Amino acid sequence: MGPLQTTRLALRALKRNTLRSFLTALGIIIGVAAVIAMVAIGEGARAQVEETFAAMGTNLLIVMPGSSSAGGLRGGFGTQPTLTWDDLRALQTEVPAVEAAAPTLRLQAQVQSDEQNWGTSVQGTTPTYFDVRRWRPRLGPPMTEADLEAGAKVMWLGLTVAEKLFGPDADPLGHLVRVKGVPFTVVGVLEKKGQSPMGQDYDDTVFVPSSTFKTRLNPGLGNFLSGVIFVQVRAGESTQRAQRQVTALLRDRHRLGEGQEDDFSIRNLAEVASAQQQGADTLSALLASIAAVSLLVGGIGIMNIMLVSVTERTREIGIRMAVGATPAQILAQFLVEALALAIVGGLLGVGVGLLAAQQLSASFGWPLLVRPDVVALATGFSGLVGVGFGLYPAVKASRMDPITALRFE
Amino acid sequence: MAAPVVALEDVTRVFSLGDVEVHALRGVSLTIERGEFVAVMGSSGSGKSTLMNVVGCLDRPTSGRYRLDGEDVSRRSRAQLARTRNRTIGFVFQSFNLLARTSALENVELPLLYAGVSTKARRARATEALARVGLSERLFHLPSQLSGGQQQRVAIARALVTNPSLLLADEPTGALDSRTSVEVMQLLSSLEGITVVLVTHEHDVAAWAGRVVTLRDGRVVSDARQVPAREAVKEAG
Repeated sequence: MGPLQTTRLALRALKRNTLRSFLTALGIIIGVAAVIAMVAIGEGARAQVEETFAAMGTNLLIVMPGSSSAGGLRGGFGTQPTLTWDDLRALQTEVPAVEAAAPTLRLQAQVQSDEQNWGTSVQGTTPTYFDVRRWRPRLGPPMTEADLEAGAKVMWLGLTVAEKLFGPDADPLGHLVRVKGVPFTVVGVLEKKGQSPMGQDYDDTVFVPSSTFKTRLNPGLGNFLSGVIFVQVRAGESTQRAQRQVTALLRDRHRLGEGQEDDFSIRNLAEVASAQQQGADTLSALLASIAAVSLLVGGIGIMNIMLVSVTERTREIGIRMAVGATPAQILAQFLVEALALAIVGGLLGVGVGLLAAQQLSASFGWPLLVRPDVVALATGFSGLVGVGFGLYPAVKASRMDPITALRFE
Repeated sequence: MAAPVVALEDVTRVFSLGDVEVHALRGVSLTIERGEFVAVMGSSGSGKSTLMNVVGCLDRPTSGRYRLDGEDVSRRSRAQLARTRNRTIGFVFQSFNLLARTSALENVELPLLYAGVSTKARRARATEALARVGLSERLFHLPSQLSGGQQQRVAIARALVTNPSLLLADEPTGALDSRTSVEVMQLLSSLEGITVVLVTHEHDVAAWAGRVVTLRDGRVVSDARQVPAREAVKEAG
């Protein structure tokens, strides 16, 4: 009897108990679907994390000024301007692991076009900042050193602000936007940057040259920098090493003795990123292992029903043996039945899993990431489950004594 | 001269049930020639079922020798015995033993399936075998749609479809009424050129055979030739 005959025989036996076969296969369907959907979720979460950190840049340190301290009331980081323009220059020139450093002076303000106004964060910065963040204009030229030296009253709009002030798809270049009564000419709109790892909208901001910011918008700080410094770590250098060097330099410049607290703080984005990445990986592994367990349970379901089936069909087995079926042929028949259940379940499971993954990724707003290797693995594994859990019942069937089997009621 | 279909030499069969040894066959020697119609009789416990199982290659003798069609099958493996059953032996059982929810045609095809016969040839030979037992009109009926007599005829067709050397019938009329029994026995005795071994405990069924072997306590106690009932009916008529 050829494999084709055996398969046909198995499929007919399964068709005879359609509901039971379906319910048995359902275990595998759910198992495989769960593996595919769960891995897709895990991958989606990981991709989401990667995307946000790619937008942020992972080789970045953010140096923030220290906290104000008045009568024991400590204000938290950023409340006291402790970073100076000289610190910035020293960071740019004296630290070997630092590729570039850019200030962002920050101010929460109302920005006004002729028609609309919008409350957003106004940032004063240098051309280096855009290099560090890998952030280009989608309209207009990038900021240049000339803009900085001239103290030009020019402005680059984040995409969100451009839309709020001028409407979507409008061309705001050349229009005037006022901040605290100072008119700026819009010379650029930046490309979309997306969300920060904390869910903040990077595009809800406008940029002006730091020199203009200092003279026109926030003149009262003198040599102190009213914002944070973005530091790009040199390629090939570890961020931890750069962080140590920056810390040493600033402690030295701020004349902090042993035992004195830092009057600044440094955020290492690579560390945050890897922590979040690890979280996503753990989630992935957890979901996948839960799904694998459900696939295993599906396999046990197959074994259970095959054992019932072998007992129920004892007489059939006896008849087949009497007319000349060899033990191997009986074994093949039942093994192929279990395998067919598992494979049909596996294929249906792939379909259900893909659908579920699509639904889930749509509802989470994640990219749909179905790994073909996972689909192949899940299907292959379901086949393996079929053979593994079908083997014992099939062996049991093949070892029956035809005389006893024929007498079975 | 051709070898006898069945040649048993001092065959014993001992079952061990825990500490107790049950001697079902205590040295049976029996030769059945081609074309004979032999009835094996005996009360329950006489060993006739065990003899049937050994002759049918469903079981192996504990000692002694069994040659089927001249070949020694006493020490063959389970798989080898399965192939021997498939090629050489056809079974007819008391309870028909047809596959439920499977058409008459496919039931008859079953031995051919395991013999590796192609689909087309299977169908042709099964149709022919069913015609031989007078069921040409019932090819696609399920066993549940057939009468007892018809079901037993399907079983006979299944036994004949491989052209076996030996047809073994185990109480073939046990589940049938007397009129249907006569029909089935007529059919069995009308089969030309085939060796039939019939196991029964009913004398009027054994009367159809040309030879009656009687067992008691695992031994052959009588082996007598007689005029078969069919001829007797013919002569009377």
